[in-house]
Amino acid sequence: MSDWAAHFIGDWHALLVLLVAGFLPNEVWRMIGLWLGAGVDEGSELLVWVRAIATAILAGVIAQILVQPPGALASVPDWLRYMAVAGGSVVFMVARRSIFAGVASGEILMLAGKWWLG
Amino acid sequence: MRSVTSTVLTLVLIATYVGIGALAHDTHFSLGWVLASTLFVWAGPAQIILLTTLGSGATALQAAIAVTVSAIRLFPMVVSVLPMMRTPQTKRRQLILATHFVAVTLWVECFRLLPHVPRERRIAYVHGLGIGLLLVCLTATTIGYGLAANLPELFAAAILLLTPLAFLLSTARNCRQLADVLALLLGLALYPLVAMFHTGVDILISGVSARTIAYAVHWWREQE
Repeated sequence: MSDWAAHFIGDWHALLVLLVAGFLPNEVWRMIGLWLGAGVDEGSELLVWVRAIATAILAGVIAQILVQPPGALASVPDWLRYMAVAGGSVVFMVARRSIFAGVASGEILMLAGKWWLG
Repeated sequence: MRSVTSTVLTLVLIATYVGIGALAHDTHFSLGWVLASTLFVWAGPAQIILLTTLGSGATALQAAIAVTVSAIRLFPMVVSVLPMMRTPQTKRRQLILATHFVAVTLWVECFRLLPHVPRERRIAYVHGLGIGLLLVCLTATTIGYGLAANLPELFAAAILLLTPLAFLLSTARNCRQLADVLALLLGLALYPLVAMFHTGVDILISGVSARTIAYAVHWWREQE
């Protein structure tokens, strides 16, 4: 194998970890959905129920990123992260559910807060 | 292709993958590794969780548990979106690729865009949308990886904040019933409480309890 390819791919062991800890855990749930979802009707009460489970679990993932922030986000103080998200949500609601307005104002709040802190 | 370029979510998705590329560089993964993770995992939050847990020295097993829990949400997403693509003649294997493409952005976009697409063309439409998004994200991952060395910390933090902000608001936008709104708010509020117990399946516990409470309220209102 050429040096370039070795550098590009890196460690084969890491790719195995990606398969076991990254690909399979996600793909398993997708394929279970494909397998079990076959007989489910589009407007059924069951679907309303599972959709809301997805919503609640996604909310948990969002909360996890905010509470235990990855990488550079950890350099932003807790209160500022929460304030930016709360502010973005308020603007989102005021601006008639505009995702763009909400995301942009949340980001601006965070950047302004960091700038103000110095 | 117009449906790919015309959405705010796509911009956010690009920024998220620039962030993931940068995060992979900072946690010493190879470019090939992070591109493979974008291609095969295809779920932003799962990739961020994978990078941060492995990067902080956790074992593959611990990372696998954390990612498995975060990925449970894909199951109801697939169940709720596939009926929109299916016709009575559709075979299950025709849906495998479309199923792999299901992740938050595609899921949200399917609910927004598929009602305007004739039913028999929807699988092809989702394949096109998925491949378009995937190519955009692979490019964004590469750019983020290349920029990482020169990326100011403030810029990197702003990119990482995009993920929770955009996911929260796009989910909120798709909430149609009180039960959905409650599930979202309670899911957010309960996670910090449950996380204090360090169970390893915090998201599962907070998610299911939030959902149960929301459903109870929904049921109680129906009775009145």
